[in-house]
Formats: sequence, C-alpha cells, structure tokens
Amino acid sequence: MVDALRFRDDVPHEEPAVTLDSFLGQSNATAVRIEAGEDARVLLPHLDRIALVEVSFPKYRDGRGYSSARILREAGYTGELRAQGDVLVDQIPLMRRCGFDSFAPEAPVDEAVLHASLTRYDHDYQAAADGHVPVWKRRHG
Amino acid sequence: MYKYDEYDHAIVASRVEEFRDQVRRRLEGHLTEDQFKPLRLMNGLYLQLHAYMLRVAVPYGTMDARQMRMLGHIARKYDRGYGHFTTRQNIQFNWIKLADTPDILEELATVEMHAIQTSGNCIRNISSDQFAGAAADEVTDPRPWAELLRQWSTFHPEFTYLPRKFKIAVIASDTDRAAMRLHDIGIQIVRNDAGELGGRIYVGGGMGRTPMIAPLIRDFVPYEDFISYLEACLRVYNRYGRRDNIYKARIKILIHEIGADKYRDEVEAEFLEVKKLAIDPPKAELERISAHFAPPAFENGLLDDIDRTDPDFAVWVDQNVSAHKTAGYAIVTVSLKPMGGIPGDASADQIDVMADLAERFSFNELRVTHAQNIVLPHVAKRDLYPVYQILNQSGLAEANLDLISDIIACPGLDYCSLANARSIPLAQKIAQRFSDLDRQRDLGELKLKISGCINACGHHHAGHIGILGVDRKGTENFQLLLGGSGAEDVSLAKITGPGFSEDGIVDAIEKTTDVYLAQREDGERFVDTYRRIGMEPFKEAIYG
Repeated sequence: MVDALRFRDDVPHEEPAVTLDSFLGQSNATAVRIEAGEDARVLLPHLDRIALVEVSFPKYRDGRGYSSARILREAGYTGELRAQGDVLVDQIPLMRRCGFDSFAPEAPVDEAVLHASLTRYDHDYQAAADGHVPVWKRRHG
Repeated sequence: MYKYDEYDHAIVASRVEEFRDQVRRRLEGHLTEDQFKPLRLMNGLYLQLHAYMLRVAVPYGTMDARQMRMLGHIARKYDRGYGHFTTRQNIQFNWIKLADTPDILEELATVEMHAIQTSGNCIRNISSDQFAGAAADEVTDPRPWAELLRQWSTFHPEFTYLPRKFKIAVIASDTDRAAMRLHDIGIQIVRNDAGELGGRIYVGGGMGRTPMIAPLIRDFVPYEDFISYLEACLRVYNRYGRRDNIYKARIKILIHEIGADKYRDEVEAEFLEVKKLAIDPPKAELERISAHFAPPAFENGLLDDIDRTDPDFAVWVDQNVSAHKTAGYAIVTVSLKPMGGIPGDASADQIDVMADLAERFSFNELRVTHAQNIVLPHVAKRDLYPVYQILNQSGLAEANLDLISDIIACPGLDYCSLANARSIPLAQKIAQRFSDLDRQRDLGELKLKISGCINACGHHHAGHIGILGVDRKGTENFQLLLGGSGAEDVSLAKITGPGFSEDGIVDAIEKTTDVYLAQREDGERFVDTYRRIGMEPFKEAIYG
C-alpha cells in the first residue's frame, strides 16, 4: 500500500478499514471504508467511535465522495478522512476543501505540483468544510 | 455592469497561473492527454475535428466595449479573424493552439474575462435574459442573482465532478427569452405577496437526446435561503444522479426516474441540513452586486418619434428593435444571421464595430443572446438611424430577428467531433430559399433551430421548426420536427416522420410553411397554427 499523504498531526491509524456492512454489523471497528455509492449518513450515529473513514474514488470523474466528505464534516466528524483511489493531484485542493485530510492515490503524486496547487488560491468564493472564510464574508465582515 | 474587486481579480489571476502550469505539464509530457482532458475541459478547451476550440465565458451574456474588443483582438491574434457566439451566450474560437491558451487567458483576465467552467461536468456559465435591465416586463434585473450564482459556482469544491454538465438560467419576467425551463435549473426571480424578491425554482429541464421541460420544485426561495437551497439541489444530484451511463447522467433523468415529488422531498431534507452551515451571503452582498447593475444615466424627456423615411430602416426598426422600459429608448438586436453567413459568427472587424456602437450609443453595454445574436440594450431612439447605418455598412443590419432565417445552428460536422451532419450549409440553404424578406415577414415569428446530432446543441427540440441531422448508413439525413418552443409557452417539438436529404429537408420546410399560410387564422404565429390544427395536415403536405 502507498503511504498516505496526510495533513494531520496525530499518529496514523493502524486498524484496516472495514466495509460499511461489516462496520455496521460489528460494534468495535474504528475504521470504515465507504464506496462511492454508499450513504455516508448511516455513519452519523457512530461518529464518536470512528478514527478513520476511507472514501473510495473508483474513477476520478466520480464525484460522489466529495459530498460524502462534506456530510461527515458537517455532522462534526473530526477523525481522519481519507480519499483513496483514482485521485488526481489537481483534485486534491478541492478535496481538502471538502474536508479530506489524507490521501491514498493509486498513482504517485508529484509533491512539487501538489504544493503549488495547494497554495495557489488565496481566496474562495464559497464556504465549505475547510473553515476558509468565503470572499463574501471578507467583503462584509 | 459587474466590476471585479480585488478578490475576483486574485481568483482569476490564480486560475490563469494554474492553467499555465497544467498546459506546461502537458506539453512537457508529464500529463497524458487522458489526464489533461478533464483539466482543459474545466477551462473550456475542447479538441475538435481540426484544432483546439476555446470557449470563453460571457457571464449572463453581458459585456462592455472593452471586453468585446478583446474578443476581436483574440480572433485576430490567435484565431482566423472571427469568433462564434453560442447558444449559451458565450463565444468560441475554433482554431486555437494549445501553447497559446495560457496567454489568451492572461489577456482575457485584463478585461475581467475567463473561460472558467465553460465545459466539464460542473456548473457552467450562468445564462440570463438578454434584455435584462432594459425590458419593461421584468420585476428586477436578474443579473445580480446570476452574478451571485457565478461566484457561488466558481470552483465549487463539491460540485466540480458532477455526474454530468449542469446549466443554470436566471430570468426575472414572465416572458422567457432564455429558454429557462430547458435548463438543469431554471430560476425565475419573482416578488411574493410580502413584496420580497426570491427565486421560483424549476429543476430537471434540458435538451440533448432526452428532452425534458423542468418541473416546478419550489415556488419561492427567499434571498436568505437562495444559495443554501441551490446547494441542496446540487448535492442531491451529485449523490444520486446516475453515473453508470453518460447518456442518463443529467439531472433531468434523475428527476424523471424518481419523480419531481421525491426529488423535492430529498432537496427539502438536505436543505434543512445545509441551512445550518450559514453559507448564505448577507443581503449586503446582493446589494453590493446590484449597485454594479444600477440603470445607466438615461436622459429624461427624449422623444419616442422615429423618422421612418428610409424604408429599409423602417423594416429593420419593426423587426429588430424592441421596447425599452425607459421612454425615448429602445433595445436593438444586431442579427448575426446575414444571408449566406454562418449563424452566430462575427469577424473581428464586426466585433469592433459592435463594441464602438455600444460605447457611443448604448451606455457601453452589449449582450449575447441564446439565439446567437448581439444586443445593444440601451439605444436612444434618436440614435437608431445612425446605429442602423453603421451596422448596415458592416453587414450587420439584417432585419430578420425571430424570422425563419434567424436560425440557431450548432457548428455541426464542419467543426464538431460529435456531429453526424453539417448544420451550417443547411442553415445557409434555408436562408437562401426564404431570402425574400417580405416573404419572411409574412411568415412572421418562426424559430428554426438546427442540430447536427442528437446532443441538440442547436436546440432543435425547442424550434417552432426543428431539424435534427443524423447519420443514415453513412449519409447525412435530416429529420423534421414541429411545434417546439423555448419561450414562456415552452414545449417540445415532435418528429414529423422519415428524414430527408439536405435538399429534401428544404423542400419539406417550404411545404410546412405553405400549410401554415393556407391554414392560419388572424394573428396566429406558425406555432399557434400548429398547436390548433396538429401534425396531420403538415404530414399530408410533406409525405402525401
């Protein structure tokens, strides 16, 4: 497995992520993987015991995981949120905005390109899950 | 007109830098064409039959003279001296070199323009009423709402990899000049009983291979909830829209499959969640944007009289000039459908002429229409004759607005890699057949729309007369459709029967118009007669 790109200070979670069905069927799992079509909201009653949610991106153009991430963050989830699969370097800034804080792309990511793209935009028009202050709020205080 | 502030400038500048880096990575071989494709598409850059095509956004179709001149400059410097105005109020350049695109974007940014989200499976350029701010029947100018949506949708992190492209139109009058209900989301800004402005939201319209008229989803969304509600509409689509089949991925299919009521329930439930996030800009933001769209300094007391001595001018006034909300002013539509021309094309010189006219006679404003014409929205009636004369010298005074030769046509097989048939030569043949302007005017309002394939970029489903080009065993074949409309009387056209050759379809159209002339009653437009008498008399004339 590729080492995940992490934007967290805590120790990486060791327990492997189980499928959503297994997670819901066993009370002690702390890491879960949700597939693109699965409903992230079913995790909401269990957030206090989850340390890692891995969201799968079977194809880069399948954007369902962006909504899954925001739904989890909006519900107060603070654990690790990992994007895994066909994750392209140019998508990572958007994923960061949706609340992902770790990445396990199938293809290697050019660190220099990633750094440039993560620091490129100083402003965002809309509020999302990253706590950035949207432009309209900067305009009006 | 909206003017960028420091934030808008910074975001667009970052975008230029980002795309320059992406193009560099492509040219240096770090990105394969497959990897580059979603990146270039998100910036309106298509690989067409012969070259790259760059689609530049004209937000809600509004431009000033400086921006229009920049388009002329780009046509001259980077293309072959012309551009093509599109049915989504944008402009396309058809002969672009990949290596030039970062420079083009940098030049566009100097006049507050860009190509952001003019393609890709994201929220596209917001379209609107080309008469906004000038029409007597609007409850407010819809463009501040459209600008609000432009900003909300720009680089929206959650909605950049939707199941499919997503088009939003905003209007603010009961007259629909923007085909509002044929959009993924159509919004009519209305005033409620309490006197507040808000959005009436239709979702799930569209053309393409499965045309649908958008059902009403919410009768009134107040400004305070406007962005939240749309965020909920998009989130439900992003989560549940089909991704297994590109041809069933538009939101219209989702709504068709689950039903408008179920979709509405999902949106309302999601809205309650989203509303907790405080993502709606304050009223002050709408006021800030609206201030940019304040009416220009119209002169009071101008006369409404027009000297109609020149008969050609009088015809042009009757056909291409529309009522303005201010006494003494008029709205001029400049036809980009000259006899024998390519619908929507304008040369760099013509673009400059229209820019000059806007500056001298229309308070520095131009609009692009979804019917691929240009509007000078605020012309004093006393200036109409000089405006007409200048247009006439540049081949821009065709008096055919909304007549049979005011054809919407997609680029077709002459440019497009998806097309099955050529739309442009057919448009030219039809215009030639009906070249007599008196005959056209006798036929009256007749919206003819041509698509070169089932993707329906030429809006054939919404044509009073629609034409669909298909491939039949390796030869171009054209199907005839009747009875569509993209206006407030929105309807979808129906196919008459077996298709025709290129010459055959022109004959069939002529027979169709003959039926109308024989059967029409007082004041009926073509589409009114069709609706009254039905398809049969037309079929008999065409196939009998």
